[in-house]
Amino acid sequence: MHRKNFVAKTLTGLTEAVKRAVFAEHYARLPGLLQGLDPRGKILTFLALLIATAVTHRPEVLLGIYLLTVVLALASRIPLVFFTKRVWLFIPLFTGAIALPAIFNFITPGRPVFTLVTLAAPINWGPFHFPGEITITEQGLRGAVIFILRVATSVSLSVLLILTTEWARLLRALSALHFPRVGILILGMTYRYIFLFIKVAEEMFLARRSRIVGRTSTREQQRWVSARLGFMLNKSYNLSNEVYLAMLSRGWNGQARFLDDFHFQWKDAAWVAFTFAFIFLIVFFAS
Amino acid sequence: MNTPVFTVSDMSYTYPDGLTGLQEINFTVMPGENVVILGVNGSGKSTLLKIMDGLYFPSAGKINAFGEPLTERRLQDDEYAFAFRRRVGFLFQDPDVQLFSPTVWQEVAFSPLQMGLPKKEVAERANEALSALAIEKLRDRIPYQLSEGEKKKVALASLLALDPEVWLLDEPTANLDPRTQDWVIEFLLSLTDKGKTLIVAIHELEVAEVIAGQAYILGEDHRLAAQGRPKEILRDEELLLRANLLHRHRHFHADLEHRHPHRH
Ligand SMILES: Nc1ncnc2c1ncn2[C@@H]1O[C@H](COP(=O)(O)OP(=O)(O)OP(=O)(O)O)[C@@H](O)[C@H]1O
Ligand SMILES: [Mg+2]
Repeated sequence: MHRKNFVAKTLTGLTEAVKRAVFAEHYARLPGLLQGLDPRGKILTFLALLIATAVTHRPEVLLGIYLLTVVLALASRIPLVFFTKRVWLFIPLFTGAIALPAIFNFITPGRPVFTLVTLAAPINWGPFHFPGEITITEQGLRGAVIFILRVATSVSLSVLLILTTEWARLLRALSALHFPRVGILILGMTYRYIFLFIKVAEEMFLARRSRIVGRTSTREQQRWVSARLGFMLNKSYNLSNEVYLAMLSRGWNGQARFLDDFHFQWKDAAWVAFTFAFIFLIVFFAS
Repeated sequence: MNTPVFTVSDMSYTYPDGLTGLQEINFTVMPGENVVILGVNGSGKSTLLKIMDGLYFPSAGKINAFGEPLTERRLQDDEYAFAFRRRVGFLFQDPDVQLFSPTVWQEVAFSPLQMGLPKKEVAERANEALSALAIEKLRDRIPYQLSEGEKKKVALASLLALDPEVWLLDEPTANLDPRTQDWVIEFLLSLTDKGKTLIVAIHELEVAEVIAGQAYILGEDHRLAAQGRPKEILRDEELLLRANLLHRHRHFHADLEHRHPHRH
């Protein structure tokens, strides 16, 4: 047995993660709270929550909405570990680079909480002015916390909406709410495209693994990956073109029809009322 | 008087990047006829089928469908397009390309629904198609997770739900185990019994002989090298060798016809 090589491991891990993120459709069919609601109402309320998340400057509001998503996930039978892990695994990746520097006084000036280094003299370096002491500031910390909470909350909201709504119903609800047709078309194609892309990637790795026995150098692997990426983009472009032809052939004319109709019921009205009341109260009490 | 299903005259096709797909093709397909298109990889079988399905359009020459020219302009009219797509169904070579709905059931219901059939009828047709292919249990599965053979069956069911007059099939038996392959051949035979027109691109010469009344041979130069009754064409070793459909060391045997299922 040899050690699984790094590049292959990373890439297969990545495709696996994307696949699970995009295709976890079985959660959407569980008999949970959010799954039972009309997708149109769901989209509107989640949009309202997302807007509240985007505009608020109070960590309490963000925390409140975040906790709400956790409670909703539980009520919708989504395993907590699965849900939180999915959200928090992505956060450091995307926000670490932005949030981390902001805690220092040379980006966010303010009251020092903790002094890191004392320089001999202030430095001017490009657009940056480094004062004599590098400190972590209260304002910087607060900003970073708000930023991370905001990202985590909005990612949680999006993940929750997508996990509890079948993709086709989501697209259809968007069109019922008069979202632009082009946008919905692109979303629809993206879904198919990601899946084809993953398939191509997987098959390439399998094909390679079956051809090359034993260990190969990292340099050789990197060369292989970059050569293959170009090929993959090309191939998945051809595939997406074929998908389009197949849809045409089956009578697609840019407008999909659907079999079942949406029903806006009392529980949907209750849900909308609850969400708006929640947003109002939390904003009211936090300020 | 019978109107031909397709009349193709002096038709050539060049891909946008300059590659030749087809050269000066001529043939006529009559209703109820079963045609196999034989040719090596890259000879233009898929290209030809796509032109017959109104997905590509000839670079030179022309194609008529049901007695009328099949052009891009005409297909832009929704009414004409629906009428045409209602009559002609296409099974893609790669089933992954064809299956785009989130569940098998929606996949099968897609075409009839799209063509504007009443919802009750759509549901009936979809259910019938699923049971005709014995895949009721796949109903709520996600198409991309199915096995190759199951995908083929779902794709066939989605055409059956539409019940077109003309079936264009691009390598329907490729990548299947022998049992499933036989099963698909039986299915195609049942279509010909119903009087459907079948046009099938295929590699296996033996299968061609079982299902078709006419065989077209596409040469490596993307031209029609021959057309005629499969029994005669498939015995013309010179021709098959020229089209690279035979290896020199391979020969036909008298028991050829016993290797594949017969009609019952
Ligand atoms: N999208 C495309 N762009 C450019 N050239 C193409 C494209 N698709 C096919 N071709 C070229 O056109 C020719 C005919 O291809 P086609 O796919 O019709 O062959 P085929 O007989 O179906 O082959 P196979 O048995 O491998 O399916 C080939 O030379 C091929 O390289
Ligand atoms: Mg082909």
